[in-house]
Amino acid sequence: MSENSITTKELIKEENLVYRKTRLLTDDVMHYCPGCGHSTTHRLIAEIIEEMDIQSETIGVAPVGCSVLMYNYMDVDMQEAAHGRAPAVATAIKRLLPEKVVFTYQGDGDLAAIGTAETIHACNRGENITMIFINNGIYGMTGGQMAPTTLVGMKSSTTPYGREVPLMGNPIKMTDIVVNLPGTYFVSRQSVHTPGNVRKAKKALRKAFEYQALNKGTCFVEIVSNCPSGWKMTPVESNKWMADNMLPFYPLGDMKVPEK
Amino acid sequence: MEEFVLMKGNEAIAEAAIRAGTDGYFGYPITPQSEVIEYLAAAKPHERTGMVLLQAESEVAAINMLYGGAGAGKKVMTSSSSPGISLMQEGISYIAGSELPCLLVNVVRGGPGLGTIQPSQSDYFQSTKGGGHGDYNLIVLAPASVQEMADFVSLGYDLAFKYRNPVMILSDGAIGQMMEKVKFKPQQPRSKKSPDWATTGKTPDRERNIITSLDLDPARQERFNNKLQAKYKEICKKEVRYEKIQCDDAEYLFVAYGTSSRICQKSMQMAREEGIKVGLFRPITLWPFPYNEILEMAGQVKGMLSVEMSAGQMVEDVKLAVEAKVKVDHYGRMGGIIASPEEIVEALKQKIIGG
Repeated sequence: MSENSITTKELIKEENLVYRKTRLLTDDVMHYCPGCGHSTTHRLIAEIIEEMDIQSETIGVAPVGCSVLMYNYMDVDMQEAAHGRAPAVATAIKRLLPEKVVFTYQGDGDLAAIGTAETIHACNRGENITMIFINNGIYGMTGGQMAPTTLVGMKSSTTPYGREVPLMGNPIKMTDIVVNLPGTYFVSRQSVHTPGNVRKAKKALRKAFEYQALNKGTCFVEIVSNCPSGWKMTPVESNKWMADNMLPFYPLGDMKVPEK
Repeated sequence: MEEFVLMKGNEAIAEAAIRAGTDGYFGYPITPQSEVIEYLAAAKPHERTGMVLLQAESEVAAINMLYGGAGAGKKVMTSSSSPGISLMQEGISYIAGSELPCLLVNVVRGGPGLGTIQPSQSDYFQSTKGGGHGDYNLIVLAPASVQEMADFVSLGYDLAFKYRNPVMILSDGAIGQMMEKVKFKPQQPRSKKSPDWATTGKTPDRERNIITSLDLDPARQERFNNKLQAKYKEICKKEVRYEKIQCDDAEYLFVAYGTSSRICQKSMQMAREEGIKVGLFRPITLWPFPYNEILEMAGQVKGMLSVEMSAGQMVEDVKLAVEAKVKVDHYGRMGGIIASPEEIVEALKQKIIGG
């Protein structure tokens, strides 16, 4: 044992803690696959709600998809919406409880395929909600089928030879659509595959929650994410694949920021 | 004392909604019920009570707005007509499966498909036997007048919140469009309190509230299903509503609801003038259905004619009720046609008395 090492007993002493579970995450064991971006993003949201001290003001809306059980992991009031309908559910909650903070959390199938109409119209009406969009280019929960955001050439269980545009159409850039709607106030695309990106994603998510109090319109954050199980890769491989293939098509950065 | 006013059924529902203290109306235009949202828009409910009014992008969005608003503990409602109600079925199933209260209005038009914009009663099966997926029931109220269109709004909310269950007012294009005198209840204030199960933000004094219809554990999901079924059983025991008209001496019986029950009153009068003693049994709750009360009538009358603006849907419940003790048949018109009193009397003679 080198002179720098400490015992387990000393390690768990309060003064030696450098990282802890956020209070707003419950003790439930997450069902997410190892390396998946959902758990990181959940943590960021829980941290932001805790740091802003808005637990008693916050109502979340979970989707159908991998994050359908999100309400098990976060100690906030939450509703589980039908597939694609989270923006409609959140619209009513926010309009009926205008003082509260309302957010939606949806995957690409939920937000950009079956829920396209609800996404576009909530953003176009400028609903004062925070919308979080996890884009991993695949249907994770149902076993790796093609998503609306699946890249051209990308393999999935319903595009086993790769997505071909003449047959399956083009991947949709939903965030590029909502950024052009007059109802959105803040739009950003981030990722959580490196510590630096996690910090940037948290910054964008924090703004998306803070701006809600201004009642200026919809705040929309896309998180480009990996899906190690769906992509049939190790977590490390999937992060590299994501950086090499997803990010050139879905470039990161703030896309609409409030005018100074 | 408030005066009677002359109003369309659709308008009466809208005015009654404001007065019942509705927190939010979410809807999408469709004939023959667009007057509901138009009346609300003109009445400025936001100024009168603070009520939220939103024209949604679709019926699908509207019903999911109801889910969100109901989950937040609010009094919420929508109205639509047959094709629109079909689009809402998934959401209605979620609302029932999450045990949320809300008020649905179906001003029925003829189908199937785009069908017609004229009145019909062909959504009886859809309304009373589930409609969406899974084992669930709506409480279904069938108004037969503009006055009942208004009265059933607050009754609907009372039942919805009492049982945490969606309630449907099953009307039709005739009652929605016709004008009659109606007297409204005074304005009720919107509720300031939220039910303890509502998602209003988790405070330190309680556990977090979750609105969901999902449980992946089969044992727990079956327990939940049993709980729902127990609730439905209690509703069947306590909430059956019906009206009997000239049934005391009746030898034959019309069974009809809504517009058909109005026509049958005239048919009854005409038949009695000919010496045929016919009564009218009008179910007011289509679910729970008055099985026992109709069975009782089976001990008295020689036959029953279920009169509906459909191919014969409620007649199945009438047959279930009478346990084959008396002859039951159906007479109805479809495609938006309302039967004349004369043809109903003729059908009684041919199908029941002579049959």
